[in-house]
Amino acid sequence: MTKITASVKVPGPASATVPAGETASRGADSLSAKMHMDNLSVYYGGFRAVAEVTLPVYDRRITAIIGPSGCGKSTLLRSLNRMNELVPSARVEGHITLDGDDIYASNIDPVLVRRRVGMVFQKPNPFPKTIHENIAYGIKLYNGRMPRSELDDRVVSSLKRAALWDEVKDKLKQSAYALSGGQQQRLCIARTIAAEPEVVLMDEPCSALDPVATLKIEELMQELKQDYTIVIVTHNMQQAARVSDYTAMMMMRPDRAGEMIEFDDTQVIFTKPKDKRTEDYVSGRFG
Amino acid sequence: MAIISTRSALDHELQTIRDNVLRLGSLVEEQTERAVRALKDRNIDLARQVVTVDERVNELRYKIEEECLTTIARHQPAAADLRLIVASMHMAVELERMADHAAGIGSVVIRMGHEPLLKPLIDIPRMQVTCCEMLHQAMEAYVKGDVALARAVVKRDEEVDQLYNQVLRELITYMIGDPRTTTRATYLLWVAHNLERTADRVTNLCERIQFAVTGQLGDLAPEEDEN
Repeated sequence: MTKITASVKVPGPASATVPAGETASRGADSLSAKMHMDNLSVYYGGFRAVAEVTLPVYDRRITAIIGPSGCGKSTLLRSLNRMNELVPSARVEGHITLDGDDIYASNIDPVLVRRRVGMVFQKPNPFPKTIHENIAYGIKLYNGRMPRSELDDRVVSSLKRAALWDEVKDKLKQSAYALSGGQQQRLCIARTIAAEPEVVLMDEPCSALDPVATLKIEELMQELKQDYTIVIVTHNMQQAARVSDYTAMMMMRPDRAGEMIEFDDTQVIFTKPKDKRTEDYVSGRFG
Repeated sequence: MAIISTRSALDHELQTIRDNVLRLGSLVEEQTERAVRALKDRNIDLARQVVTVDERVNELRYKIEEECLTTIARHQPAAADLRLIVASMHMAVELERMADHAAGIGSVVIRMGHEPLLKPLIDIPRMQVTCCEMLHQAMEAYVKGDVALARAVVKRDEEVDQLYNQVLRELITYMIGDPRTTTRATYLLWVAHNLERTADRVTNLCERIQFAVTGQLGDLAPEEDEN
């Protein structure tokens, strides 16, 4: 498998915009951008869905992407692990780096990018297999064959990290479909982190869940950010305000291309946003 | 659409909060004016009324706080809406304390009974007029979201401070000249002090108005005025 190497160097952490609030609250020195989008545009055929986005994704922080429907949030998210390439007409301009290396460089294997940058989807999508097999699948996919005991250990550890172990430890051989929606979503998170990614992308991970299951996922995200960098797309602004460290606000231009209009500490976005459009959106005046 | 009706419900609740802060402001203005009038006219009944009405002020303050809490819980407001609510809660507390200063003046008048005034009242009524004008303008700035006006109000605190120092110097002169005047001088000093604190609290209101409008916390110093 090709190792990710930098073919095109683009401005990385050093030039990443550090929001004003961060300098005061956490110290800019401790921040580094795990990923960085630089002048990123995403096209579907002739239609530009995302236009000229420059955005840092800080290491072991939660970055929320908010904005009205159709503004390109999910497209932006999918471009972070080259998932958008599965749409035949999709095309990317600009750069996205992971630890400084361009993930769209010609010598980069997209499968390896997706291993390092995992994804959790809107609807829980477990495989029609047992709970154990769901997790083991992700591990075997990237690691090939391994001794059964090691595999089992990693299944247990992934389930524990996804805060699901206590609920499923006695039914690992049962179908994943027997779990509740919230448990299925945590199973999918466990499956994602079993592949040991560095970044976890979450596309509205709680939109199909009830409030209790939602809170469990949110608590889990706080745990996970100790080890992983998380990017979440959410329509639920209270969720963005509760869980994220940074928030990027996206809007649609008149030509329907999504642009990023404001990026800052989440606290700033939800208490004193600079852009009137962000103000209107977070206070429900939009539209 | 659900979001529209929720937004209009939030707007309605914000308007109720604004209206009640405004009502509280006028009540405090009225209480301050009546307290000093009771002193000027030596009207003990009026002074008692001021003390009694203070209960209504307290009730209104708690009503505003409850409305703010309910709106936060129901709507989870953000940005300017959230700042307005938080500023209004702080302002309700400040206004209630200002009414306590008026009630304090009322209590002094009751305690003075029919004892003759130590000196004719000149600067104390001026302090009251300035305080009430400042409060009135601060309320106007709150409703209009006018930071420039709030700044202009803060500037006027100096006028009240100067009048207070004048009253203080004069009364100290009386007390040094004839220590038997100490009790009567202290009554007036107490009144002047309450008014001086009222003006200080108006400047606190103005800082909260600045926060509601701009999100900036902290002093609203007059020297920041660049007009």
